[in-house]
Amino acid sequence: MQNFFDYFNQSLLFRNFVEVLSGLDNTLLLLVISLPIGFVLSLVFALGRVSKNKILSKPIAGYIFVIRGTPLLVQIYLIYFGLGSIEFIRESFLWILLKEPFWCGVLALTINTVAYGSEIFRGGIQSVTKGQIESGLSLGFNKFMLLRKVILPIALRKVLPSYGNELILMVKATSLVSLTTYMEMTGIARKIMAKTFAPVEAFIAAGILYLFLNFLMVQFVKYLEWKYNPHLRVNES
Amino acid sequence: MFKFDKLVFGDLGWGDEFLFATLMTITVSILSMGLGLCLAILTVWAKLITNKITRLIANFYTTVVRGVPELLVIYLIFFGGNTVVMSIAKLFGYHGYIELNALTIGTIAIAFISATYSSEVLRAAYLAVNKGQIEAAKALGLNKFQIFFKVMGPQILLHALPGIGNVWQITLKDTSLISVTGLVEIMRQTRIASNVEHSPLTFLVTAALLYLFLTTFSGKFFKLLELNFSKGYN
Repeated sequence: MQNFFDYFNQSLLFRNFVEVLSGLDNTLLLLVISLPIGFVLSLVFALGRVSKNKILSKPIAGYIFVIRGTPLLVQIYLIYFGLGSIEFIRESFLWILLKEPFWCGVLALTINTVAYGSEIFRGGIQSVTKGQIESGLSLGFNKFMLLRKVILPIALRKVLPSYGNELILMVKATSLVSLTTYMEMTGIARKIMAKTFAPVEAFIAAGILYLFLNFLMVQFVKYLEWKYNPHLRVNES
Repeated sequence: MFKFDKLVFGDLGWGDEFLFATLMTITVSILSMGLGLCLAILTVWAKLITNKITRLIANFYTTVVRGVPELLVIYLIFFGGNTVVMSIAKLFGYHGYIELNALTIGTIAIAFISATYSSEVLRAAYLAVNKGQIEAAKALGLNKFQIFFKVMGPQILLHALPGIGNVWQITLKDTSLISVTGLVEIMRQTRIASNVEHSPLTFLVTAALLYLFLTTFSGKFFKLLELNFSKGYN
């Protein structure tokens, strides 16, 4: 048995695994900053998108159209290489942040998730039936109360599965930030590959970690669904 | 900042290079979408027949490929693919060095990713077709092939078309990732051009516009196709 553990500890896959694990915090850091900001902004943008004010809804529609029509890689490169080539930005205070690949990654991921997220939330908000809004109005709710007590709870609950999907896509999207020299899990796997010439072991080690991360995300969304959709719970007794 | 005069056609600019790169992107997208659909049909078949082993393999495949970043799948197939192909060739008695070109590898990698999404769409579409349709076809005395091609196929296609359109958009955008393999498609061409001209913004904006053009027009195309297919229903 001891022999087996020694062999396992020295195997390339295990050593790669430990090394890739050291990039986990960088991956998580990207998510921890961009997901909450993305969530809040998605809600705001979705509300702007459904508003009757054309000056508000049209630019947001355009923004969503452009971001959803271009690959994330283009957006990351535009922010990392593109913004850096503008003189005006290089001389402004923004340069302190934008010269770091990390903040470029955060910015790109946030911009991307807001476009997809606000489309999802818009679907949820528009799916609230008229009768529910009318009954809210008949109770004397003002606009804010209506939003806070009727529209958002119903909408958010409904879109949980599809927003969960978007969250998983975001976990996967963080790997693209490695192309801007930011050393998260994919970047480290790539470095290991260049060092050991054993691509399969390096990328499988990273793949297992991403699978685990996504598994946790799925469980989290499932828990939220269970918690906020009590009427859909299967009988547990 | 912007050097849009560098985008002219001919020797002075990058216009023709970008045209070829765009054609390459379209080629890779169509090839991998087609291959992905074939793989997806196989996956759906493996999931729907009552065989535990095939279902297990198919579920494992879709779970793993959808849970791992696309970039990692591409790296794995690009760097690990040659090893696999050579070991398969060894089984057949060939000991030389084989190297697959970037187009083949890229197409296979994107097809693997695209197939996982397509299989979900096709599975849902298959399950959406009323079981009574099969029974009615059987009552008419159609054989298995006739049932599939004359009765089930068209209806599955009708249900699947909107989803397939979405998968196409995802596939088209995912092809930007195979620029890491060195295949000269839009993204790779953008990197080359911006390194030569020291003007990344020009070419990145061009690339974004090209992708926007491709996604918008193929989206319109799928809308038309949907209208055409649902003629009988409205």
